[in-house]
Amino acid sequence: MSLPSVQEPLLNKISGTDQKQVKIPKKIPESLRRTKAINIPNLDETQIIRHFHHLSQRNFGIDTGIYPLGSCTMKYNPKINEEIASWPQFSCLHPHQHESTIQGTLQMMYELENMLSELTGMDAFTLQPAAGAHGEFLGMLLARTYHQNNNDSKRVDVITPDTSHGTNPASISMAGFNVVEIPSTEEGTVDVSLLKKTVSERTACFMLTNPNTLGIFESDILEIADIVHDAGGLLYYDGANMNAIMGKVRPGDMGFDIVHLNLHKTFSSPHGGGGPGSGPIGVSKRLIPFLPVPRIQKKKDTYGFTYDHPQSVGKIKGFYGNVDVLLRAYTYILMMGANGLQKASEIAVLNANYLKKKILEKPGFDLPFRDLRKHEFVLSAEELRKNKKVRAMDVAKRLLDYGVHPPTMYFPLIVKEALMIEPTETEPKNALDEYAQILHKIASEDAEIVKSAPSNTVVGRVDEVNATRNPVLTWKQIKESEK
Amino acid sequence: MADEVREDLKYTETHEWVEVKGKTAIVGITDHAQSELTDIVFAELPEAGKEITKGDELCVVESVKSVSEIYAPISGTIKKVNENLEDTPEIINDDPYDDGWLVEIELSNKDEVDALLDADAYKKLL
Repeated sequence: MSLPSVQEPLLNKISGTDQKQVKIPKKIPESLRRTKAINIPNLDETQIIRHFHHLSQRNFGIDTGIYPLGSCTMKYNPKINEEIASWPQFSCLHPHQHESTIQGTLQMMYELENMLSELTGMDAFTLQPAAGAHGEFLGMLLARTYHQNNNDSKRVDVITPDTSHGTNPASISMAGFNVVEIPSTEEGTVDVSLLKKTVSERTACFMLTNPNTLGIFESDILEIADIVHDAGGLLYYDGANMNAIMGKVRPGDMGFDIVHLNLHKTFSSPHGGGGPGSGPIGVSKRLIPFLPVPRIQKKKDTYGFTYDHPQSVGKIKGFYGNVDVLLRAYTYILMMGANGLQKASEIAVLNANYLKKKILEKPGFDLPFRDLRKHEFVLSAEELRKNKKVRAMDVAKRLLDYGVHPPTMYFPLIVKEALMIEPTETEPKNALDEYAQILHKIASEDAEIVKSAPSNTVVGRVDEVNATRNPVLTWKQIKESEK
Repeated sequence: MADEVREDLKYTETHEWVEVKGKTAIVGITDHAQSELTDIVFAELPEAGKEITKGDELCVVESVKSVSEIYAPISGTIKKVNENLEDTPEIINDDPYDDGWLVEIELSNKDEVDALLDADAYKKLL
């Protein structure tokens, strides 16, 4: 693929057809004609197509190459999902349509709720949250409403380990709880004795990802569940890493009360560039009354929405969730079947451990904490930093030069110079071998080359400080800055 | 690539430094801390006059890598804050021990100073 070497101009910077060439029909009266030229690009169809085609060529997606972004599960999105989602029976629906005219879609949603309940061992699901963090926030609202309903409003603390996703403390705070962070053990797992000391009559919930963000399974989970439940708290499952355990172990059986899943990760819908996502929430029986409305109900052979749930937290999203993502997940689950999902998790774990071993065969990167990992692993580039002043960020930028996507960086924070790699089950062996080779090459390259990377991309190293401090996000801002 | 640790300062395990000057103390983050944070883009400082207790959140520092809380190493009243950080927070990276200081605190409990780490103890942490 050859990329144009110049920056693609904005549409309104491409010189187009002279507006005067457009002949306005005589029958349009003078009073209805514009007196000033309209400020929109005036381009030929060819120019428009080329513009967007150029931009699409610069996109990097899972169809372009390996995309091992840790905790994001960038797996291949089967094309049959897209084909079914494009059927007019789904794509031409309007959310205001009468329920009797959307029975198929309602049936799909109803069945998907049941499938997710079965997969996670929960008693009920809501499909409404639009993404994982939205699900987390709803989970925290459910915990708050549950405790308030038990006249137990003094429970204001939510505990979370220092390996948790950044959205966890954010969701806790947004729901009005206090964040109580506990450090992990030297093994990289929850410190059970510290958790025992931390829980109290103020504990509303413990938020946990399992396997955690180091890719390590929290094998003390049953004891952890007892500790939290004995203290009167609820246990929340962050489903970001569900891809490691499908068909192997269920959050409900581990003792979790609230579970979110990321359908766009684990169940294969495209989610680069920020969405759309879907973060359904599953709960145990005691939390069902508080689920958001509307809920989906089946009466004889008819499906419908129900709103009469007096203890519900209310509505949390316009209409009914991101239905197009739900449809893709539903298709994926049906295509894979129970055995297929189990196999996907097995190969995801195998791929991660194979790639980890390949990378560690040669010098450059270390693996802090214990060796065996689930679907992802976190390397440290600290040695490169000490020896050559090359940091994790530089390695990530240099990977772009080799035409592959970097891993998640600098997370979790307890690993120095972290590179968090999740290859997923859909990468073939040769892609894993190639990724390991590229990392070895980068580790042995001249520090100056790595530190000034990327140099083979359309845009070189971006000024991240300036981008954070002075973001230019709209065309209006560009115009202002040009004045 | 050793991070600088100054002999005449006191330190915390959470990488803040304290320079005691009579009844007040200047507080900042260490060279190690700024290097770990990478390029700092915002520093959210407390208001002068605010009373704080040791271990409380003193301010929030955002870098291109993460958002981090800085904890109060000692209790007291905020006397002054480093106003220059509002427009040029990068001076924390460039000069963590001098121009990049965060706040000046009027001490309410001088005994707390003895509990801080000296330079040798802090070096062992790194």
